[in-house]
Amino acid sequence: MTGTDLLVVRGLAAGYGAAPVLRAIDLTVPAGTIAAVVGANGAGKTTLLRALSGMIRPTAGQVLLGGEDLRGTPVEQLVRRGMAHVPEGRGVISELTVDENLRLGGLWRRDRADAGRALDEVYQLFEPLARRRRHLGHQLSGGERQMLALGRALVGRPRLLLLDEPSLGLAPRVVARTMALLRQLRDRTGLTVLLVEQNVRSALAVADQGVVMSLGRVVIAAPAAQLRDDVDLRHAYLGF
Amino acid sequence: MSATRAAVPPKQQLVGAGRPADRRRGSTLLRHLAVVLAAGLLLVAVSYSVEPFRNFQLATVAAYFCATAGLTVLTGLNGQLSLGHGALMATGAYTVALCQTAFADRGMTGGWLLPLSLAAAVVSTVAVGAVVGVAAARLRGPYLAGVTLAVAVVVPALAVTFDGVFNGEQGLSVPVEPPPLSLGAYFPYERWQLWVTGAATLLALLLLANLIRSRYGRTFRAVRDDEVAARLAGIHVARTQVLAFVVSAATAGLGGALLAVLAQSVSPGAFSLTLSLFLLMAVVIGGLGRLSGALWGAVLLVALPDLTHSLTELLTLSPAVAQRLEGNLPLAIFGLTLIVVMIAAPGGVQGLLSRLGRALLARRPTRHS
Repeated sequence: MTGTDLLVVRGLAAGYGAAPVLRAIDLTVPAGTIAAVVGANGAGKTTLLRALSGMIRPTAGQVLLGGEDLRGTPVEQLVRRGMAHVPEGRGVISELTVDENLRLGGLWRRDRADAGRALDEVYQLFEPLARRRRHLGHQLSGGERQMLALGRALVGRPRLLLLDEPSLGLAPRVVARTMALLRQLRDRTGLTVLLVEQNVRSALAVADQGVVMSLGRVVIAAPAAQLRDDVDLRHAYLGF
Repeated sequence: MSATRAAVPPKQQLVGAGRPADRRRGSTLLRHLAVVLAAGLLLVAVSYSVEPFRNFQLATVAAYFCATAGLTVLTGLNGQLSLGHGALMATGAYTVALCQTAFADRGMTGGWLLPLSLAAAVVSTVAVGAVVGVAAARLRGPYLAGVTLAVAVVVPALAVTFDGVFNGEQGLSVPVEPPPLSLGAYFPYERWQLWVTGAATLLALLLLANLIRSRYGRTFRAVRDDEVAARLAGIHVARTQVLAFVVSAATAGLGGALLAVLAQSVSPGAFSLTLSLFLLMAVVIGGLGRLSGALWGAVLLVALPDLTHSLTELLTLSPAVAQRLEGNLPLAIFGLTLIVVMIAAPGGVQGLLSRLGRALLARRPTRHS
């Protein structure tokens, strides 16, 4: 875990139209670790992910993925560089089948054989999806949709996974399974994860690093264990 | 990075997802080929058993089918509304007229000239379609409808403006060679027309059906459903939309060219805005997003004017009234049909048939969930 920093963000600012949401975000995520971004509603967590994945264009600052400057790179190109974004609300194509959705995630890949292998691995990882290959996206339960969105991202063999509120609207058991899966992916494949969560407790339980955002700024970036244990900090920013 | 590439070692090879899919794709191609061959044989059989006028009508259905199939791919599968497909058909029609005239003027003859002209029609329509498609990819909803509407109005107007080339409202004639002598001296011309248009349409449909089932078909639908999700999956949305427009334009151009070959003439009046609206109504009534629905639409496009013609003949009306009725009744009937179909069967004719089929299946003792 002493490896290089996969994601480096310097002075990132972004917003919608004239309204700035992010102001000078600094953030580093080492390769093979999980960083949890937590904070109150409206802190800019989702906007941070959207700015990182190219869905909105930053107004200032720098985003480096593996040392490569990503400024101005469109979304579909960022995917090819290894940045996978699973948005809130999952981003599943509801009129395509499970299998078609997953294959979509690997369409851009040149290495067809490895894309096929990645697909197999996703089916092994998510047994329910393998059973429902021919079902349409809108026929899935919330948990299955989440698996599908996550699976579609993994078919592209990302280096960095941006996950927005994976716990939203899901049963605690499903959330726990998702978190365990993230840890498993990190340990087995060296996947780097930037996780945005409202559910602070479960996010910090799985993360290596905790990033607390407030009003569009990063106020604290510290080892997750430290955030878990520091009672004052928790009271001040996290409300538990 | 290398660690990520290694990923989860597959412990046991589950049902390999890659290979069965490839096999499926292979069989899809074969299935489509079989359907097309069967349809071709059926057409030949039918062409011998019905009168010449029916042959001509079937050939017209085939020509319209080309255009409606392309439109249903664009609007149904890719979610781009086009009010300008009549103009794309005109592009193909005028190209084929210019090519055939040029060949005839130079005294060139041969069986390969017509296919060459048709190919040229497809190419020129693809060029126009690409330009419109690039604009369309930047626009959504009413704005897209507006631009394609403009195309529908502008293209016939161009034909009138540059009357040195396109001969204005009079239009151009399309010299077409008689059927080859090897078919016999008395081979009916209409049968030959059905063969030519049928073959061209079936070829276009074979390509279209395979495209729909391919990765491109999937990206078309993904972009229609959710552009953001599609982009996040690494799909270039604008490129996909332009591709869909180009494919759709190619078939529309071929359809228009075939119509011109059938009529042996082309004029701006034949490709008015009404035609564009008719095409759109036809694919919606037939069942949007399905090639079978496009076929029903094409049949309607030919059958409805014919129906109104017989209707006005049945009624004893003064010639002036009859003529006016004949001109406007198809449009009115088409509109009414559209409203009724949308209320009674939002899936169109094909959706209704599928539902009937499923209901019949469910009635049989072998129940399935």
